[in-house]
Amino acid sequence: MARDVHRTIDAVWRLESGRIIGALARRVRDVGLAEELAQDALVAALEHWPTDGVPDNPGAWLMATAKNRALDRLRQFALHHQKQQELGADADARGDHVVPDFSDSLDDADDIGDDLLRLVFTACHPVLSREAQVALTLKMLAGMSTAEIARAFLQPEPTIAQRIVRAKRTLGEAHVPFEVPRGDALQARLSAVLEVVYLIFNEGYSATAGDDWTRPALVEEGLRLARILAQLSPATSEVQGLVALMEIQASRMRARLDAQGKPILLMAQDRSRWDQLLIGRGLAALARAEQLGDEVGPYQLQAAIAACHARARTPEATDWPRIVALYGELMSAAPSPVVELNRAVAVSMASGPAAALLLVDGLVTDGHLARYHLLHAARGDLLARLERHDEARLEFERAAAMTANERERALLLERAREAATR
Amino acid sequence: MRVMVIVKANENSEAGVMPPAELFEAMGKYNEELIKAGIMLAADGLQPSSKGVRVHFSGTSRTVTDGPFAETKELVAGFWLWQVRSMEEAIEWVRRCPNPHVGESDIEIRPIFSAEDFAALLPPELADKVTAQDSDLREKLAAKA
Repeated sequence: MARDVHRTIDAVWRLESGRIIGALARRVRDVGLAEELAQDALVAALEHWPTDGVPDNPGAWLMATAKNRALDRLRQFALHHQKQQELGADADARGDHVVPDFSDSLDDADDIGDDLLRLVFTACHPVLSREAQVALTLKMLAGMSTAEIARAFLQPEPTIAQRIVRAKRTLGEAHVPFEVPRGDALQARLSAVLEVVYLIFNEGYSATAGDDWTRPALVEEGLRLARILAQLSPATSEVQGLVALMEIQASRMRARLDAQGKPILLMAQDRSRWDQLLIGRGLAALARAEQLGDEVGPYQLQAAIAACHARARTPEATDWPRIVALYGELMSAAPSPVVELNRAVAVSMASGPAAALLLVDGLVTDGHLARYHLLHAARGDLLARLERHDEARLEFERAAAMTANERERALLLERAREAATR
Repeated sequence: MRVMVIVKANENSEAGVMPPAELFEAMGKYNEELIKAGIMLAADGLQPSSKGVRVHFSGTSRTVTDGPFAETKELVAGFWLWQVRSMEEAIEWVRRCPNPHVGESDIEIRPIFSAEDFAALLPPELADKVTAQDSDLREKLAAKA
C-alpha cells in the first residue's frame, strides 16, 4: 500500500512540478529558490500522504504547501533585511526582495502557460552551458529526479546534482529575469530552447555511447516537451517544425532494431512497423508549420525531409529529387558539413553513386568531418556501390574504429567483411 | 507507455441523450488540458450501440446481430489514447476528468501492448512475425482511411 502512495506521489510530482516551480518563480523572482520550495512541498507530501492518504486535489495541496513555505522564507528574509536596515545597511541591498503580494491566486489558470514558458526560457538561458540547460529542463519541466537524469545520461549522480546546483547558482548570480524574452532576443533564445528539447530527444533516439541504441524515456520526455511547447507557442513555425520532425522520427522506433537489437538503416526498415499514428501527427504538425508561412527554418526543412520518407510506402517510392532540393534549402538555412553529407547521400539515390562521391570527396578534402564515422560509412557505401570493394572495406573499418556505439560498430564491421568477400 | 482510456456507456449515452452544455464545456476544457500536457494522442466518442452491429464467431460460422446491446455498463461510449509515463500518471489524469455522464460513470484505463511486451511473451521469431502482421494490418487500414 505504502509503495502505491509513493508511485502516486511520483506521478503527481512529475505532472505538477513545472507549474508549481513556475508559479513560485514568478513570485520569488528566483528559479533556484522556487525549485527548492517546490522540493520542500514534495518532501511534505512524502511525509503526510502515506499516513493521511492522498488528498482529493493533490496538485492544489502541493501548490498551497509550496506557497506557505515561500511565505515563511520571505518573512524571514524581510525580517533579516529589516534588521540590516536598522543597523544602517545599504538600502540598495534590498533590491527586489520585498515580500510579494500573495493575495492574488498563485494558480491562476491563465498564467500557467506563461509561467511554463518563462520557466523553459530561464532553464535554457545562455548564461548556462548546454549540459546545464538540459539537466535543468529535465529537472524543472519534466519533473525528473537527479538520479533519473543521471541514469538517462549515463553519468554519476553527484555529477548531475552538482551541475544542477551550479546552474541554479549561476542563474541567481546573473540575476536572470523570470520572463519570456521579447523582440530580437526572442528568436535566438527560442532556438536555444528548441535545441535543448531536440538534444534530449536525440540523446535517447540515437544514444551516442554505450550499448543501448535507444533510451526510450528520453525520447518520450523530449517528445512530450516539444508537444507542450507547440501548445504554448502555436504560432511559431519552427516549434511546429520541431514537433513534426520528432513525431516522424519517433514513428520509426519499432522498426529501427532487429530481433537481436542491431540497428536497421532507414532504407532497410520494415515500413509496416512504422507507427502510423505518430506519422499522422507529424504530418499534421508539418502542415501547421507550412500554413504559418514564416520563413522556413531548419527544423521545418528537416521535418519536410522526414515526411518524404514517411509518405513513401516503399523505399523505391521515395521522392529523392525533392529530398535533394530540401537538403539544398537546408544548406542555405543552416549550412553544416553534416547536412552536406546527407545531401550527398540523397544525391546518390537521385542521380547515382558517382555524382555523390564527388560531393563526399569534397567533404573529405575539407577535413571538418575527418573524425566523423558517418562520413566514412557513407563513402564506404558509395564505393561499394561503385564496385570499388577494397577501398570500401577500408572506409567501413575506419568508420567502425571511430564510433562509440557498440551496435553501430558491429554493423560497420559486418559491412567491411561483406566488402572483403567481393 | 501508451494507454487506452475507455469511457463506459450508461443509460443516457445509450439513449443518445446529448450531455448538458456545461458538461460539454468542461469536457472541452479537460481535453485542452490533456493536449497542453502533451499526453493526448487521439480521442473519439462513439454513437450509441443501437447504431452498431456485433459479429459473433462460433467455430467457422459468423452471425451478425444489430444493436442495441443489453449490457449497457460493459459497452464503450468513447476513448482516448494517451502517452503517459506510468499507470499512476494515467490514474491522476482520469481523476481530474469531469464525470463524463449525468449520473454514474465508469472510466477504464488499459495499457496498450508494445512490441517489447510481445517480445517478453513470445519466442523472438514468433514475436517478430506477430508484430509485423499486426502493423501490416494497421498500415492497410491507414491506407484505406
